[in-house]
Amino acid sequence: MMAIFFAVLQRDLRLAWRKPAEAATGVMFFIIVASLFPLAVNPDPVVLRGFAPGVLWVSVLLACLLSLPRVFALDYVDGALEQIMIAPQPLSLIVLAKVAAHWLTATLPIVLLSPLLGMLYGLDSHGLIVLAGSLLLGTPTLSLLGGIGAALTLGARGGGVLLSVLVLPLYIPVLIFGAGAVVASQAGLGVQAHFSLLGACFLLSFVLAPWAIAAALKIVME
Amino acid sequence: MTGINWFKYAAPQTFFHLSGKWIPVLGWIAFFLAIAGLYIGFFIAPTDFQQGEAYRIIFIHVPAAWMSMVIYLAMAFWAAIGLVFNTRLSAMMALALAPTGALFTALALITGSFWGKPTWGTWWVWDARLTSELILLFLYVGFIALHASIDNPQRADRAAAIIAIVGALNVPIIYFSVQWWNTLHQGASINVASAPKMAVTMLIGMLVMTLASWAYSVAVALFRVRCIILERERHAAWVNDLKEVKS
Repeated sequence: MMAIFFAVLQRDLRLAWRKPAEAATGVMFFIIVASLFPLAVNPDPVVLRGFAPGVLWVSVLLACLLSLPRVFALDYVDGALEQIMIAPQPLSLIVLAKVAAHWLTATLPIVLLSPLLGMLYGLDSHGLIVLAGSLLLGTPTLSLLGGIGAALTLGARGGGVLLSVLVLPLYIPVLIFGAGAVVASQAGLGVQAHFSLLGACFLLSFVLAPWAIAAALKIVME
Repeated sequence: MTGINWFKYAAPQTFFHLSGKWIPVLGWIAFFLAIAGLYIGFFIAPTDFQQGEAYRIIFIHVPAAWMSMVIYLAMAFWAAIGLVFNTRLSAMMALALAPTGALFTALALITGSFWGKPTWGTWWVWDARLTSELILLFLYVGFIALHASIDNPQRADRAAAIIAIVGALNVPIIYFSVQWWNTLHQGASINVASAPKMAVTMLIGMLVMTLASWAYSVAVALFRVRCIILERERHAAWVNDLKEVKS
């Protein structure tokens, strides 16, 4: 049962490794978006520190959104997805592996890079740890929820814009709890509640999203 | 109960004729209730001590806000039924409800800002209710946009059903997250829940308007379902036998 999970994970990771430019584009996008805000708003360190949590979280959200079509689009185009779907193993397990591979290749580099950008925004060391921790706990939920949108928009016209309309409203709770954790740490408050809620969001989406993604794929591919 | 065939009206053909009978009835009910409700609201209900005449927008605002949520749940319900039992009519119902729900959501937001300007002194505050209502509008738009972008109607129905169900599960999470975010920020100090007690005539006016909104929503949704049925069943023999189609 778990063999198929690791087989798909390994395959997707290998495919991503052969095209490192794609993952790098997402990381660059994150860096560029995050560095636009000081230019547009105000480079004053006090002001920057104030909106750092929100801006960095929104930048991660957009970078994640940008990479979402990659979860299924390539396999859809070259027909591999059809072959995957006729496998006897449960489809929800396979899509979970694909989403995990997407998170590892597209989102984890951004999460690892986020403390660096936090430093540019003048966050203190505690704030940097909370930022990275909240992203580490929150971004898997983004990948799981985004997988539903990515599966549903596979055959649809205007996929990219449609995907953001579908997925961004669902991202709002994660954004609130994640950015809220960093804001709370800056204000000297405890962050445990925010982390608990992020964890709850992750667990809920971990249980339900693979099933929804599998159902969506079956509808789109029928 | 065993004598009734519940599935009789699940067939588009029989439902088309049934809904055709109900639309004028519900439409007239909505019309007269709206006239009565607006009359009570604008002429009989007393002027509010604190808010003056501006409060009278609640006779439209509150029913619209209620309908926006009820219709989303109804839409998700029909979408789920359509997905599980693969009934054609349920998916059509979900599709027919979506524009009305989006309309009421937009109406609630617009009338809310009309009320906010004289009462709070601003068109918009990032209050929990306002924000979650705005997100509800996004969810409606997502459902409609996804349905519109898939050409095959059956596939569009089922794909949109999934996003409707995911949205319905998310609505409480979104609502509470926005509420906690709001209390954390302490931004808007206005508490909507602590509004003064309402006079009885105000309550009656609001309830009459709510009933009018219900009747209107059902009538319009049925009307839209009839259009969708005609569009999708245009190759069926019974549609071509309709006297409206023949003439």
